[in-house]
Amino acid sequence: MESLKTIDHFHALQRRLLSSRDPVIPTLIISAGTCGQASGANDLIRIAKREILGKKLTGKVRLRITGCHGFCEMEPSVLVEPRRTFYPKVNPKDMARIVEAVTTYSIVEEFLFVDETTGNKIEKKEEIPFFKSQVRTLLGLNEKVDPIRIYNYIEHGGYQALATVLSRGDSGWVVDEMKASGLRGRGGAGFPTGLKWEMLARQSNGYGKILICNGDEGDPGAYMDRSLLEGNPHSIIEGMIIGGFGTGANEGILYVRNEYPLAIKHLVIALRQAYQLGLLGSNILGTGFSFDLRLVRGAGAFVCGEETALIKSIEGKMGEPVQRPPFPVQKGLFGKPTLINNVETWANVPMIMNQGAQNFKKVGTEQNTGTKIFSLVGKVKNTGFIEVPMGISLREVVHTIGGGPSGKAAIKAVQTGGPSGGCIPISRFDLTIDYESLKTAGSIMGSGGMIVMDERTCMVDVAKYFMNFLKEESCGKCFTCRKGTQRMYELLDDITAGRAVRETLDLLEELSNTVKDTTLCGLGQTAPNPVLSTLRYFRQEYLDHIEHRRCPAGVCKDLITYSINEKCTGCQLCLKTCSFGAIRGEKKGIHQIDREKCIRCGACRDVCKFDAIEIK
Amino acid sequence: MVTLTINGLEVSVEEGTTLLEASRFYGFPIPTLCHMDGLSPYGACRLCVVEIGQGPNTKLVTSCTYPVEEGLQVRTASARVVKARKMILELLLASCPQSKIIQDLASSHDFRQQRFKQEHEDCILCGLCVRICEEQMMAKAIGFRSRGEKRSLGTPFDLKSEVCRLCGACLYVCPACQLRCTYTEPDKAICGGCANLSPPCLEKSSFDDMMCYMEPCVACEIKKD
Repeated sequence: MESLKTIDHFHALQRRLLSSRDPVIPTLIISAGTCGQASGANDLIRIAKREILGKKLTGKVRLRITGCHGFCEMEPSVLVEPRRTFYPKVNPKDMARIVEAVTTYSIVEEFLFVDETTGNKIEKKEEIPFFKSQVRTLLGLNEKVDPIRIYNYIEHGGYQALATVLSRGDSGWVVDEMKASGLRGRGGAGFPTGLKWEMLARQSNGYGKILICNGDEGDPGAYMDRSLLEGNPHSIIEGMIIGGFGTGANEGILYVRNEYPLAIKHLVIALRQAYQLGLLGSNILGTGFSFDLRLVRGAGAFVCGEETALIKSIEGKMGEPVQRPPFPVQKGLFGKPTLINNVETWANVPMIMNQGAQNFKKVGTEQNTGTKIFSLVGKVKNTGFIEVPMGISLREVVHTIGGGPSGKAAIKAVQTGGPSGGCIPISRFDLTIDYESLKTAGSIMGSGGMIVMDERTCMVDVAKYFMNFLKEESCGKCFTCRKGTQRMYELLDDITAGRAVRETLDLLEELSNTVKDTTLCGLGQTAPNPVLSTLRYFRQEYLDHIEHRRCPAGVCKDLITYSINEKCTGCQLCLKTCSFGAIRGEKKGIHQIDREKCIRCGACRDVCKFDAIEIK
Repeated sequence: MVTLTINGLEVSVEEGTTLLEASRFYGFPIPTLCHMDGLSPYGACRLCVVEIGQGPNTKLVTSCTYPVEEGLQVRTASARVVKARKMILELLLASCPQSKIIQDLASSHDFRQQRFKQEHEDCILCGLCVRICEEQMMAKAIGFRSRGEKRSLGTPFDLKSEVCRLCGACLYVCPACQLRCTYTEPDKAICGGCANLSPPCLEKSSFDDMMCYMEPCVACEIKKD
């Protein structure tokens, strides 16, 4: 690989790459992030390679292996350029036919995406409702770029922002541009990024400043950062180099949890290529500016996403938050001024520099500019990894992009912001997604997990689930967080087991408020949110559990009994399914459940075709 | 010098002082469990919370770790602080009912009972022993392990520490069992827990060479017999 000595060299490389690109040659694009690989993308890649080599199609068909495209429900998926044909849930058996169709510029009609509401087949990816309502400015590159090829990224405008910034040579302009863009930290709290950069830029550079990319994503059901790191690692690296130039920092650290092996692999390759090309290291593009970036792997503690705990973790100490002030920007890693931004925030930086702050501001609302990536999971038809402009309503996300409920039960609530977030009921689905309105609704933006729940989800059980997560993931330094989450779990367990009295609820509420008030870091302060927000919107469910010893959603095993009603046709399917022999009955006669033997697993209910199994 | 207001009284203190030191200097008592002069502040027990700021933007912070700031408004015993402190005490009492210090604090806050399930733990993980071992005894023999509910205290891998000099400082500073080693008569010991414990010093035959500066404890007395 050549080494670029000046900005002109870089532009020459850019021109050369662009001119060598032939847009007519069809390209097979296989989404192979961790999720894609898990659902079989590796088989598709193997078959595609075999077909291309076997039929001597080299040069006639290209294959591009990229990061996640976002439509998890339809993985493994194949996208074909230049027609932009989208094949969902591709069976390895059918891959050969797709490759053949690609060579003749035709499509295989029967494999196309079918819109469930209209029954129509949709060819182009952009016309699928899931993608149509999104604004994929950050994720758009995921399908265009092979994450292990830096030239691929440069071909699509990569490192152009860095070249622009370096040729301007004005660090003040970078910070001003960031401030003008109104970008707010995507890690959850929403602190204005430009302001943070300015604070670091003002610190004296006596001992060096450090930039950190916080890739310690740990919320259950959230994978935004992972997909960005896997799919487009160079955008984050470029963002950090620009950040270094703007704030006067010469050192950067990418902190990524070790549970993301593919992200780490892609980052290691990306870093090596950027160093080889002279985009990292000393005297970048001959401008005299130097920036070193290294990767630190985290051991996967949820609390290490908190910035002071993350710093401790990098220093090799126990990952525990410490008191702010002094803020990391005054005294951070190894005592040096440190700036920590989330993966998504860094990925936004090159885009802002490329299109200018004013253009960036056009997306989103006045106080909440730009787009936000969410992982939409749970009881929704189209689960996936979505990017929407700030200020979009929850209804649009859940119903238009998500496609409504996945099962028969209606959607009840959506949980945003991970374990520290809250549940928002369907009655408030007109709420716009921005930092302020989510906060007033009792939740938080968080890093962007969005879990949809339907009528068959018990909210007390949800609160209990998150409390169980938090009591294990609290670092345990603050007594109120450690013991408070344990006690909250204990009280919630009492409620779900039917042991609770009215006073339990008062105590739970009092304890939640104390934990919120008296803990040190963001984890503890937001830990009671699942309890407080479900108490706020679903108090009746709690009261049902306590006063009537009844779980309306039919989830809490100690409070429900299964029975079979007269709809039973005596098909004996449930009888065969029950592993505990709890169902008795003659063929074509109504069956009965032995309550002594029944463990309330719900297997019979899932297999019954006649809705004959009831929960009380 | 930094000027701030504590409970309506304008005071000035040296820069770098913590709110706890400033409040105590001016005679406002704040209860603590994990603070000790001469050890670095840690902020684990959360008992020393005070309310800072004014108007709608007030918040609770631990006074032992928060440095004084110019013009800061501090309230050491506002309704919010007292409410929080009482809940913390209730949690402490529910987990560690045998500690004399916690019992005294609870009774001074008019507690007679608590509402949680009663537990009988010895340690509240305040970290005093870890800090005295590291900062004053220069041994670093003990530390915290794991996180969340599994967090515990001990030597690495639970093996006998090679750097531990058996000085007993950890036992001496412990707020959960402080009286364990100050009474020689078992019936005078408040918790009686010591009678069941085997402190590290007993495992050594040459106890007199250990330079232990503590009074012999019940356990030692029993051992002698």
